[in-house]
Amino acid sequence: MSILIYTDNSGGKITKSSLDVIYYGSKLAKALNTEAVAVTVGEVTKEELSRAGNYGAGKAVHIRHDLLKNFDSKAWSKAVCQVAAKVSADIIVFGHGFSSKALAPRLAALLKAGLIVNAVDIAAISDGKLTVKRSVYAGKAFSYFTTSAPKKIITVQPNILSPEITSQTATVEEFSPDLSPADCGTEVTEVNKTTGKILLTEASVIVSGGRGMKGPENWHLLETLAGMLSAGIACSKPVADMHWRPHSEHVGQTGLAVRPNLYIAVGISGAIQHLAGVNGSKYIVAINTDPEAPIFREAAYGIVGDAFKVLPRLNEAVKKLQS
Amino acid sequence: MNIIVCIAKVPDTTTKIVFSPDGRQLATPNIQWVINPLDEFALTRALEIKEAKSGKVIIVSVGKADCDPLIRKAFAMGADEGIRVDAEPADPYFTSVQLAHYIRTVPFDMIFMGRETSDFAGAQVPGMVAELLGLPFISGVPKFDFDGTLATMEREIEGGKETVKVKPPFVVSAQEGITEPRIPTMRGIMTARTKPLKVVPAVTGEILTEASNYELPPQKGECKMVDAETPEKLIELLHTEAKII
Repeated sequence: MSILIYTDNSGGKITKSSLDVIYYGSKLAKALNTEAVAVTVGEVTKEELSRAGNYGAGKAVHIRHDLLKNFDSKAWSKAVCQVAAKVSADIIVFGHGFSSKALAPRLAALLKAGLIVNAVDIAAISDGKLTVKRSVYAGKAFSYFTTSAPKKIITVQPNILSPEITSQTATVEEFSPDLSPADCGTEVTEVNKTTGKILLTEASVIVSGGRGMKGPENWHLLETLAGMLSAGIACSKPVADMHWRPHSEHVGQTGLAVRPNLYIAVGISGAIQHLAGVNGSKYIVAINTDPEAPIFREAAYGIVGDAFKVLPRLNEAVKKLQS
Repeated sequence: MNIIVCIAKVPDTTTKIVFSPDGRQLATPNIQWVINPLDEFALTRALEIKEAKSGKVIIVSVGKADCDPLIRKAFAMGADEGIRVDAEPADPYFTSVQLAHYIRTVPFDMIFMGRETSDFAGAQVPGMVAELLGLPFISGVPKFDFDGTLATMEREIEGGKETVKVKPPFVVSAQEGITEPRIPTMRGIMTARTKPLKVVPAVTGEILTEASNYELPPQKGECKMVDAETPEKLIELLHTEAKII
């Protein structure tokens, strides 16, 4: 048996969140006295893939096929399934990226595997039964989910373990899956990726603005702070709805769920739908004019005050700290 | 053209979550049940596509009789027919097996669902149904158009979006941005009563996962307030006390 870890790559690099997932899967493999195998699809160098070993994987499988140039959930899950069979994986671990979200359920149905998503802690396994803690009800509760199915799949929330990095490297194997054009029903005609922006799913600090920012022209105040803290930029739902900022920056119940170490909410009152997307953050900082705003009940630190007076001074203070 | 929309019953987001004393299940007496918010986005876009091209929108849901008011609400929004598979949606695999089994028996062009439910946020059922039916699956779609033969949609990827083209049949999981959820009209509410809601028995399906031992998150500590006159103190606290910047 082995544990297979699905790994995302971007711009030729394994993503930071995927390295964390490799560490998670490897830790699980160690506890079960078995091998951790990372698997990835796409253009990555052998050297880069061998880095999976730094995070505990003994082996990295590189899937390459002309039909896998763009993401198609059916073709990709078939390919990953073939690798899972080859390395006799009975547990597959996924991260929280968009491809993981599409692949994990397909693979679960394909393998009739017990799938537990959004794990927030390391899984425990005894007598073939896997138990893992996950968040439910929009972060308002946790639950221990179990599965005794012979094949098991878990998806892991970002930022739950701090990886210990070693100098070990993984052996890299190429794998050419058996696919036919019929496996690929979708055609990607355009890809729009903003480069140089910190991804919200990867960011350890996020600076987020709400209606209290009064208009898109004031976002430069948040961008200055985010720039200095290497932070991602997010917003609340009303801000996206009013088209001040793109929907891709909206965090909350119907937007993106994030789990940074630090979430700085400026001019966000903290409606329950917003908190649902951010309550996994380690520290929340709230800046709001309304002392009764619910965000202060979730926050570790708060300032009741005018963002337009407070932000420039915070920016100045960070600048001073960093110099 | 037939569009199938799968909807799920979830507690309203503002519901206070309380568990039974043994922590094994949700205490339900005061819960307001609603259609999963993202399913309403999916349903509304499906209705718009149908209305532009003609055809039917068929609701398929797995649940007991307390789901019926939600299917009626979908009727009031404009859906034409409803099927309820009579079973507790015990786990995503079981639910998907039920949905796929019924869907195989009806002609359809596309299947719409919300990206995830607001209670467990698993985003599992759309992909599982797609796999069980052997269909393409496009997840997290904030923009969807259909010209009669080819669907063009956007899907969110890390740090951007992709345009994807696909021919029916397929499964799409919708997310915010695809449209604005529709509010039922008075006329819709009146006609909802007369639309057919069929209840079908469940088939055998395995339950692969189980939830146990719910717990509430630890109480948050007091929020430490920093005076707006000295905001610099906040940066100092984040640096020296929380040690995160």
